[in-house]
Amino acid sequence: MKQAVIYIHCLVMNVINVSHLSKQFRDINAVTDLSFSVQEADVYGFLGQNGAGKSTTIRMLLTLISPSEGEIELFGMNLRSHRKEILRQVGAVIERPDLYKYLSAYENLLLFAKMSGMRVRRKQLIDQLEMVGLADRADSKVRTYSQGMKQRLGIAIALIHDPSLVILDEPVNGLDPQGIADMRNLILHLSRHLKKTVLVSSHLLNEMEQIATRMLIIDKGKKIIEGSVNELFDPAKTIVEVGTADTTEAAEIISRSPWASHLKHVQAGHIVFELHKNQLSQLLKDLAIMNIAVTAFTPVNSLEKYFLSLTGTNQHVAAFAN
Amino acid sequence: MWQLLQIELFKIFRKPRTYISFGAIAAMVIIVQVALKFDGQSYIEFILGSLKETLDIPYATILNGYFVCFIILNLLLIHIPLLIALVAGDEVAGEANMGTLRLLVSKPVSRTELMLAKFFATVVYTAMVLAWMAFLSLVLSIFVFGTNDLIVARSNTLEIIGHNDVMWRYLAAFGYATVALTTVAALAFMLSVFAENSIGPIVSTISIVIVFTILSEMQIPLYDRTVKPYLFTSHMLGWKGFFYLKADAEGVSIPGTIENLPAVLRSMGILLGYIVLFAGSAIVVFKKKDILS
Repeated sequence: MKQAVIYIHCLVMNVINVSHLSKQFRDINAVTDLSFSVQEADVYGFLGQNGAGKSTTIRMLLTLISPSEGEIELFGMNLRSHRKEILRQVGAVIERPDLYKYLSAYENLLLFAKMSGMRVRRKQLIDQLEMVGLADRADSKVRTYSQGMKQRLGIAIALIHDPSLVILDEPVNGLDPQGIADMRNLILHLSRHLKKTVLVSSHLLNEMEQIATRMLIIDKGKKIIEGSVNELFDPAKTIVEVGTADTTEAAEIISRSPWASHLKHVQAGHIVFELHKNQLSQLLKDLAIMNIAVTAFTPVNSLEKYFLSLTGTNQHVAAFAN
Repeated sequence: MWQLLQIELFKIFRKPRTYISFGAIAAMVIIVQVALKFDGQSYIEFILGSLKETLDIPYATILNGYFVCFIILNLLLIHIPLLIALVAGDEVAGEANMGTLRLLVSKPVSRTELMLAKFFATVVYTAMVLAWMAFLSLVLSIFVFGTNDLIVARSNTLEIIGHNDVMWRYLAAFGYATVALTTVAALAFMLSVFAENSIGPIVSTISIVIVFTILSEMQIPLYDRTVKPYLFTSHMLGWKGFFYLKADAEGVSIPGTIENLPAVLRSMGILLGYIVLFAGSAIVVFKKKDILS
């Protein structure tokens, strides 16, 4: 019985548990009250535009930056008090895969394997380079590598000590279409076949949609939405932006109605609902019954548009157009 | 820790810039040796000044390997800090600039261990630069010029050190010089923590050394009492103390002695204090630093 309890506990174990995390740089709030959790074997998509706070959060997970407030637990241990123990189980590529350009790929890999406390043989390192397709260039200086090759070497370094958690910060940045496809396949391979938990950040929604099992969208350092990708991309669900003359009053009325549970967001000029497609006409009728003067009623049918509706800047359009 | 030190040494000695120091020292030492080989007498006349008119100078005896080494140390030890700063100033700032610092810090190694490994690697580099300089300026000079008694010019007198009383003094002098230059390395290392590009710490270190050296050399009574005793540059040439001998009541130098050993040891203590201060500050600051590079 006791074994069964432990087993169940293990099944639902969160690999990452972030609670009320904040980071302030002088007067800039880079991350504000961010909470999320990542479960074992998840490919967790961390989505947001450039400057949204993704990299700051990832750097806090890797102890590069200390949080202003909040707690981080990895593998059920507090990151502050069990830093070394935790980092032994983590592999990461943070933004660009910057490496020692005056060293060869083999030497870079050897150096970081030793830093992770490993005793490695040449064959083991060459096998690792083989996995990322760099074995034939093992002894070439990194300065002669293309961006894609550096990215693959960065991945090899992140995985050399067989970590349980892999953190990839914008891994497809600067890659050509083939490189992006290779990276996508690698992430899926890590999750499906090697059963690793992967936290991957990106500003590309379509990429996340293809690989992530769960997703968190962050904007201006704050969590916007979190959930499984199936849930967020449910084709039966839709997002409706309702324009009203007096948003505050309308929101107050709606919050007292049965539609309160569908209310996702309120901002100047419009209210955002999430609901099933066949509820659209009923919502419109009920708004009229509640005497809410509707100036616009716009169903949007994708997470992308929903995201844009929440943040609504041209920068997002450019980012998501990729 | 040993593993980390090996890694840091591996990185230092695989960097092309590391060999600039070794090449520059070799070039400078060989240039001085060639000049003294062909026109040593003129140089000896120059440094003896008016003494050459009152004494019968045996130029051929004076110009030996030990003397050449002393000249080289006098000429070069002032310039070596630049070469030391070139590597020490790059230790943390260079990694930040390359973007490798974030990868290092995300490994299961404490920041204190990482910084200690980096600092000790810098100390090893400094010691190797000095060992290289000792090899060229002492061993090569002995090979080219032979050995004899060492004559050291002081303000109004000549110090004559027997040839069998010289070698240990050089060992002590190079040891002292290693401590003096490690102080410069520690300063550059500390400044390196605050920068994300190695140019800043290198230039700042050299600027500080120049300003402090000027202050150390200025003959102003106010500074003599209040500032100079505490500047590390005032103690960097303390190695010369090993070449000043105690004299007996009749003014004859006593072989195997040092005129003012407590002063030499005090200077070395001050330099060691500075090393601990600079390296300790670097570690404390780095432990709290957000890695944004």
